[in-house]
Amino acid sequence: MNQDIFVVVEHLRGQVADISYIMLAAARDLAQATGGEVVAVLLGHNAQALASNLAANHVLYGDHSSLAEFTSDAYTQALAGLLSKEAPRAAFFGSTSIGSDVAGVLSARLGLPLVSSCVQIADGNLISQICGGKIMAESALSDEVTTLVTVIPGGYKPAQGQAQTSPAVTTFEVSIAAPRVSLKQYIEPEVADVDISAENVLIAVGRGIQTEDNLELAEELAELLGGVVCASRPVVDQGWLPTARMVGKSGKSVKPKLYLALGISGAPEHVEGMADAEMIIAINMDPDAPIFDIATYGAEIDLFDLIDPLLEALEGA
Amino acid sequence: MAANTISHFSPFTQEFYQSLFDVADGENIKTCLQCANCSGVCPLGYVMDFPPGRMISWLRAGIFDEVVESDSVWMCVSCYACVEVCPKNIPLTPGLMTRAKEEMLLAGNIPTELQSALEFSQRYGNPLGESPRKRAEWANGLEPEVPIMRKLKRPVDVLWFVGDYPSYHPRVQQTTRAFFKLLNALGIDFGILGPEESSDGDSQRLAGERGLFEVLAEKNGKAFSKYEFGEIITTDPHAYNALKNEYPALGIKYPVRHYTEFLVEHLDGIKALLKGNGEMRVTYHDPCYLGRANSVYDAPRELLEAIPGIELVEMEHNRTTSLCCGGGGGGMWLDGFQWEKSGARLSDWRVKEAADTQADVLAVACPYEPPRFEDAAKTVAGADKLIVKDIIELLADAL
Amino acid sequence: MTNIVVLAKLVPDLVEELEIAESGTALDMEWLRLIINEFDNHATEQAIILKERSGGEVTVIAPEAEGANEMLYTIAAKGADRLIMLKGDFEDGINNHALARAFAGAAKELKPDLVLTGVQANDDLDGSVGPLVAEYLGMSYVGYISGVSVSGETVVARKEYPGGLIAEMEVTLPAVLGIQAGEEPPRYVAISKVRQMMKTATIDEQEVGDLDASGGAMVQRMYVPEAAERAEMLEGDEEEVAARLVEIFKEAGLV
Repeated sequence: MNQDIFVVVEHLRGQVADISYIMLAAARDLAQATGGEVVAVLLGHNAQALASNLAANHVLYGDHSSLAEFTSDAYTQALAGLLSKEAPRAAFFGSTSIGSDVAGVLSARLGLPLVSSCVQIADGNLISQICGGKIMAESALSDEVTTLVTVIPGGYKPAQGQAQTSPAVTTFEVSIAAPRVSLKQYIEPEVADVDISAENVLIAVGRGIQTEDNLELAEELAELLGGVVCASRPVVDQGWLPTARMVGKSGKSVKPKLYLALGISGAPEHVEGMADAEMIIAINMDPDAPIFDIATYGAEIDLFDLIDPLLEALEGA
Repeated sequence: MAANTISHFSPFTQEFYQSLFDVADGENIKTCLQCANCSGVCPLGYVMDFPPGRMISWLRAGIFDEVVESDSVWMCVSCYACVEVCPKNIPLTPGLMTRAKEEMLLAGNIPTELQSALEFSQRYGNPLGESPRKRAEWANGLEPEVPIMRKLKRPVDVLWFVGDYPSYHPRVQQTTRAFFKLLNALGIDFGILGPEESSDGDSQRLAGERGLFEVLAEKNGKAFSKYEFGEIITTDPHAYNALKNEYPALGIKYPVRHYTEFLVEHLDGIKALLKGNGEMRVTYHDPCYLGRANSVYDAPRELLEAIPGIELVEMEHNRTTSLCCGGGGGGMWLDGFQWEKSGARLSDWRVKEAADTQADVLAVACPYEPPRFEDAAKTVAGADKLIVKDIIELLADAL
Repeated sequence: MTNIVVLAKLVPDLVEELEIAESGTALDMEWLRLIINEFDNHATEQAIILKERSGGEVTVIAPEAEGANEMLYTIAAKGADRLIMLKGDFEDGINNHALARAFAGAAKELKPDLVLTGVQANDDLDGSVGPLVAEYLGMSYVGYISGVSVSGETVVARKEYPGGLIAEMEVTLPAVLGIQAGEEPPRYVAISKVRQMMKTATIDEQEVGDLDASGGAMVQRMYVPEAAERAEMLEGDEEEVAARLVEIFKEAGLV
């Protein structure tokens, strides 16, 4: 076994997923502790170009027609051989629809230990977040065999795993027997009707938005942040937004990455539907608004004063 | 229509019809005149495929199966308005409507919002999904310490059944703490069950989950049996209704009073304590389960009139004609569903009426109401200055 | 007729505060309230939907735990045909590798066409059960599934990717699917029906013998993270707050 940290790069339809960069950043931390290198493993078909900005010491690229689209079967076959041969100290996978499918199967097939939901590296150990973030677990790497790790976002930023210069790429042989899983087709998400529970970014407006016309400001903000506008009950009651956009007791429950609450006080009926958002930012004039008790960040400021400078700053970003 | 069964009934209709006779006065359904008073007075009857009167007519036609394929019975908020106007005294709310909901539930035809409240009740003993261990957390930091029976280890005069929303809902907890203050000011010897208390289960029962009601009642019965107390009092008309009218049939028999009945007995003592809290115009909302279901109309008004500076005015609908807040019979957990179907909220109508009286304060006596009416007051035109307070809070403020 | 096996486990109920055991490397089980893993609940629903749609038999396997009986009877009331409880030393040091081996052992006897289980669970620390069981059974695995249709020797499973993209995967049977969401939300069963099941249904108890936990995480310590306090308040005028917000968005990878 060597001391290198492998990162299995995730990509979908020609785009490297952010989790790949997050993993590279985490792997850098771990490699420093083990004294090894960060090695990105890229699987695909005619996909070598995706390696260009990976922050890795070098890239191992495996090409096969069966790897053109992700299937757990083809990926595990390709990786089982590589991991057995190279025996790195650890191999990182995203705790995602791609990585989780592969890591578990490899753990059982190769008899390697698996640590999931790793969010941070500390002194060469893996810090996992379990039980909805209520419990942290610190696990050690195996001294004898490769430890497989699935990584969740939160501890590292994607930018930390992106490089200015392209890493060196070497190809490795991949052989894949008749796969038992195949992709039939992709089905695009429907754009027409917005499912706020599936959105990553929600700009939520409450009574504080005052008039229907002001919704446009929220819409502009949503566009810049790649999200959609949702609302608390009073806004929907006014008929300014359809019911499908209502968050809370009478509406939908949402768990976006960002919930930007504009002029929402945070009544329990509303909070019930959004308390599980990963990050809540609350803008409210009332310093005692209960929304500040559950928000990650807050600002006690008039949202109408804030919106223009915020739109400007975002346009410049 | 005097026969118990009719030969062309489907077996389901037959069985269902028969089961209605088990409810007190249930056989009165045979005498229905099809006057449609029930459907007319029903606050959401206009959006039901089968308002109560039509339900009975389909029952008689032997084709009730189709009724439970429609989800419109979930618009029923068990407000007893239909019972109140029925000239033949048919127990429509506790009988027909509740039994229909039971059948819907057994068939799995149940809105998801309601489902989670029922699952929470089953799992945590409260429909809010809060930890049962935290049931007495509203009392944290209060002086003197709130007496919990398990720690008290002695008989008390009064067992205060706190209830679900008074225990957990942040708004209603204010009322709960005010009641604690009142009881202490009056020198009442009382205790609460704390984590040993479970949901009274009444609204779950009226939402069709009879089995769950029984499980919850049994849990409470077991807790009651551990301690000695003179009577039970509660601020929650739904708990009051369950303890008074439903628990005895399960062998859980204790004297119980709603807080308005209990306090009115201490009116002289209260009057001596009340200093007043300024001039205000107050209108009182009769909760369905205190008013129509249990005929307590005067005690709340006497309490309000005892407060110096309060001028009591009546809304257009009051006492037996009071408008429901929309929270009963599972309505508390069907807001989204009912709004989608009706585009209206019963709490909005009530708040509109309250605002029309030019009252400063809408006084209530049920824990479902402050959050519902306050929410409504945010959007109803002319109600933005309306203050919603439980009578308890008005009394405590005036001490 | 599809022979479907559902693997379900109980996990810590996050409504309660969680505590660490004296060992410092595990959850304190004494005060733990357990609840069915919500994803297993969805897997159950999906299995029953498949049975209702095209026939078949649904067997549910669960490890012994406080509340496992009730969970199994509830699933039976929803429409499962057979209930199996695995008995063994699941209390301490249990990990998904050991559990998956036990699941695989019991499932193998049933010769299932399709095994459904939750795609994850809140207490997973060594991966989820599904892919491990699949490998121990020599079956293929596909996770993050939100819809399944069976046709002959294959299933078509809707695999979810971020942003709402769905990949329709064709999987040769037998296979294990990790369910993210059933086609319908888990149904409600009246308590009276569950009580009825308690009287009529039987739970087949199976001893699993010694558990092999190899492959699990080597936990050094567990701890409760420091609770995040009230919101971190952003000070300054609107320009400064706007600038700080943009920084925060950038850190979160949103712009």
